[in-house]
Amino acid sequence: MTEENGAPGGHGQEPSRRDFIYIAAGGAAAVGGGLVAWPFIDQMNPAADTLALGSIRVDVSVVQVGSEITVMWRGGPVFIRHRTDAEIAEAREVALNALPDEDARNDNLPAGTPGTDANRVLRPEFLIVKGNCTHLGCVPLGLGANTGDYDGWYCPCHGSHYDTSARIRRGPAPENLPVPDYYFETETTVKIGLSPEEASNSGWAVS
Amino acid sequence: MSGPSTYKPGSGVEKWLDDRLPIIRLGYDSFVDFPTPRNLNYWWTFGGILAVFLMIQILSGIVLAMHYVAHEDYAFDSVQRITRDVPFGWLIQSMHANGASFFFVAVYLHMFRGLYYGSYKAPREILWILGVVIYLLMMATGFMGYVLPWGQMSYWGAMVITNLIGALPFVGDAIREWLWGGFSVGQATLNRFFSLHYLLPFVIAAVVGLHIWALHVPGNGNPVGLDVRKGDAGKKDTLPFHPYYTVKDGFAIIVYLMIFAVFVFFLPTVLGHADNYIEANPLSTPAHIVPEWYYLPFYAILRAITFDIGPIDAKLGGVLAMFGAIGILFVLPWLDTSKVRSMRYRPLTRWFFIFFVVAALGLGWCGAVNPDDYVMGITGFKFLYLGQFLTFYYFAYFIVVLPVLGIIEKPKERPASIEAAVLGTDKA
Repeated sequence: MTEENGAPGGHGQEPSRRDFIYIAAGGAAAVGGGLVAWPFIDQMNPAADTLALGSIRVDVSVVQVGSEITVMWRGGPVFIRHRTDAEIAEAREVALNALPDEDARNDNLPAGTPGTDANRVLRPEFLIVKGNCTHLGCVPLGLGANTGDYDGWYCPCHGSHYDTSARIRRGPAPENLPVPDYYFETETTVKIGLSPEEASNSGWAVS
Repeated sequence: MSGPSTYKPGSGVEKWLDDRLPIIRLGYDSFVDFPTPRNLNYWWTFGGILAVFLMIQILSGIVLAMHYVAHEDYAFDSVQRITRDVPFGWLIQSMHANGASFFFVAVYLHMFRGLYYGSYKAPREILWILGVVIYLLMMATGFMGYVLPWGQMSYWGAMVITNLIGALPFVGDAIREWLWGGFSVGQATLNRFFSLHYLLPFVIAAVVGLHIWALHVPGNGNPVGLDVRKGDAGKKDTLPFHPYYTVKDGFAIIVYLMIFAVFVFFLPTVLGHADNYIEANPLSTPAHIVPEWYYLPFYAILRAITFDIGPIDAKLGGVLAMFGAIGILFVLPWLDTSKVRSMRYRPLTRWFFIFFVVAALGLGWCGAVNPDDYVMGITGFKFLYLGQFLTFYYFAYFIVVLPVLGIIEKPKERPASIEAAVLGTDKA
């Protein structure tokens, strides 16, 4: 074997040309296998049309003070609550270190932004959050059903309590209800799930 | 034990075929003349029952797929249409839905049989591991099948389980979106679950083939846990599979099918959940989400972890415990240190096993109720605490009881041979 390959020193002592061919062929086969496998894995990710159906317009003038609506966005619920002054005040007087999750969880602001109420709303009277509990995805109950111990939402599945800024306060949910990308197109129309270009002048700023 | 073949081709055609593809020989050696311990009891009939139910599920499933529509707007109605309008659809849909439950009943009894009689011990470790693989595939198939009718429990069960994946650090969210094919459980999810639900039973059938292959190398275990003796003495320990066990298995299969028929014809929906007769609504969660009954013990284990364990938060901890409860079965052959297979001769471990069965059933109970409810109305005694205790025992059985008792326990005297155990001809 070693003589054929012209490698001196005998078998097993120095890598031969054949060893190189084995490794090169095996490496090429592994890379090729990976290249073939990837399309079959990636096809399960959200398709282009699914991604394109990203945004909706909602007329919030129908939401009276002290009430809320649930709209469907990207196959799931979004809560829009027209908060009372008392609810806003309640959300604003909570100290940051009283929150299990201190991140604003706001898609419009950088990760790590402190979770003050001001960082969770564009206009204080309208709180707009995705409506799936961050524990296991159930839809928490809100006004008219059960607002929990913190006057926000209560998830019946495993007992998570959210406050009037939809921040987790007690229970198994690890994170605040996330704020989706949105901005006000007009005084009464909100666009949820905006494109990046639109985001640049949406009015959000860390406060 | 699978000694030399005794097949003799009976005709010229069989001889011709045998020289080219010895498939009749394979069947003869595997299911006719296969030497089988003479002392197998009815707990050994569930393998055959499971084979029958795999066939029932595949056949009824293929028929249902001819009428089912995997679309979020039509799936629910298409299942209702099958049960009302399609000729005999009511029968075939009922067979499939109840067949899943009976499949799981049989597999649980089959597994408890294996645990009691030490079927996982050398030289049957691979046989056992293949069985655990089949069980995992069954769970995946059953879960995705339950999503297809697109009722409220279908949808929210899928939501909760896929959200569990989101608990994985760093990659959880990406994997969840990849599973969904969107931003939530929806059309893409339903469609792919249908595809995989159709695929996996055939994968199960293939692994069952390996399972039987692995069974036929060492041969069946048996209730006394002794090996079949070598040489001619072994003939006294065994009987040919046919007719002795074809008849015994056949009888058990018929009895089991009779019970199955009672459900199919008279109680077709009793194992289902009322909420699943409401079409899936992504905006409204049922008050109380429960999985199918056969997942309840694992659901209880999932919910039992309500506390952080070091850097692992409660949610991830629950997921790890749930998967760990099945994962630990893979290493069971190396956790049990006892040389004695059958619990009949392990006076102490036997009681721990019996309590293990009770614990598994108890976990099922905990999984079915609200964890904050009180057990039998005893104030303060939440189902959560019961679930936590039983979860602890579940793991302790594998990690502490089996390794330790195998060393310290003194087993009872065993018979000299299988023949002696059955006929009493050769006292130990």
